[in-house]
Amino acid sequence: MQEIFNIFVKSIFIDNMVFAYFLGMCSYLAVSKTVKTSVGLGIAVIFVLGITVPVDYLLNEYILKPGAMVWLDPAFAKADLSFLSFILFIAIIASMVQLVEMVVEKFSPALYSSLGIFLPLIAVNCAILGGSLFMQERDYQSLAQATSFGLGSGVGWFLAIVGIAAIREKIRYSNVPPALRGLGITFIITGLMGIAFMSFLGIKL
Amino acid sequence: MSEEKQEREPLFSAKNLKLVKGPLNLNNPITVQVLGICSALAVTAKMKPAIVMAISVMVVLAASNVVISLLRNGIPPRIRIIVQLVVIASMVILVDQVLKAFVYDISKQLSVFVGLIITNCIIMGRLEAFAMGNKPWPAFLDGIGNSLGYGLILIVVAFFRELFGSGTLLGVQIVPPGFYNIGYENNGLMILPPMALITLGVIIWVQRYYKRELIEENK
Repeated sequence: MQEIFNIFVKSIFIDNMVFAYFLGMCSYLAVSKTVKTSVGLGIAVIFVLGITVPVDYLLNEYILKPGAMVWLDPAFAKADLSFLSFILFIAIIASMVQLVEMVVEKFSPALYSSLGIFLPLIAVNCAILGGSLFMQERDYQSLAQATSFGLGSGVGWFLAIVGIAAIREKIRYSNVPPALRGLGITFIITGLMGIAFMSFLGIKL
Repeated sequence: MSEEKQEREPLFSAKNLKLVKGPLNLNNPITVQVLGICSALAVTAKMKPAIVMAISVMVVLAASNVVISLLRNGIPPRIRIIVQLVVIASMVILVDQVLKAFVYDISKQLSVFVGLIITNCIIMGRLEAFAMGNKPWPAFLDGIGNSLGYGLILIVVAFFRELFGSGTLLGVQIVPPGFYNIGYENNGLMILPPMALITLGVIIWVQRYYKRELIEENK
């Protein structure tokens, strides 16, 4: 149990998707102009990461890993399909996003109208595919660990985008050198936030 | 009419050359179109992985641009994203297998970032914006041009990070050993992720200082 909680905290603060691995930077830069929209996108990312990482974990565990298909037939003990993981993961992500969109639309129209426009964007957000690929590379031991990693990374991404959006709302009133306005200053602020987040590196988990 | 004109165009006409040159500066995919930042920053601590990454993106982008451009009249608009993702993912698998076979060390260093070429916005962006509406040859040039622009920024960022962070370039010692005796230290901060962002921010600053028309309004 403690192990699972550790993974959760670690993926929020220490291995933060944005500050440590630069994942999902495209939508991070494009949608962080106001706090309201960035909260919407952040929640959608938590949601989709929390679903796709466990699903891709099961896929990896029972189909893709070398020898994973033994449960079908002992003859498959030597089969190694791991080279297919990119294409299968992206297919799972694209279809999960579509599914989530349909389910949310059906059961919670209010949530749909606030998340709606962001959901299709998420299929091509590197943070989502990155979550699945890191899950595969770090070799998590159980479904619970993979789920807590997915949710934790989502929360970390959420914190990062809401933080930068709040700063960008304020910086509109500052006198930034003309050539740095917009993109340039956003990069530099993100770098400074990344340095701040590095202070969590000392935490031993 | 325009179709006819295009066919008579020489392969390297001025218009086609512009497709290659534009993205190098005025229409750079990273600093102007803001595409493909994710992988641009993560692989730039050293020159070697940055160069390998730039070449991989070039192969994937040029090849999938051509494929999508050939298929462009047969793809139903509703499912085009899935079709594009499948084409890109197959190209990336090819590149990944080649890297694993020939440069295994670098492929280990790049780790998940080879896979993340799939969701690199440059590729989706160029397929959507260019390849869906143009012939294969211009699409190929557009792919080459954009990935050159991408690679250029990658290599410039990696150059500064490796030079100041480790005192080497491509693994060769550049800072003379004597400097260390009189108190020169490598700046360890340059190796860490946040400095990639700040280096890129400064590159954008310099570029916009010289190209005034790129400056954004304060909005």
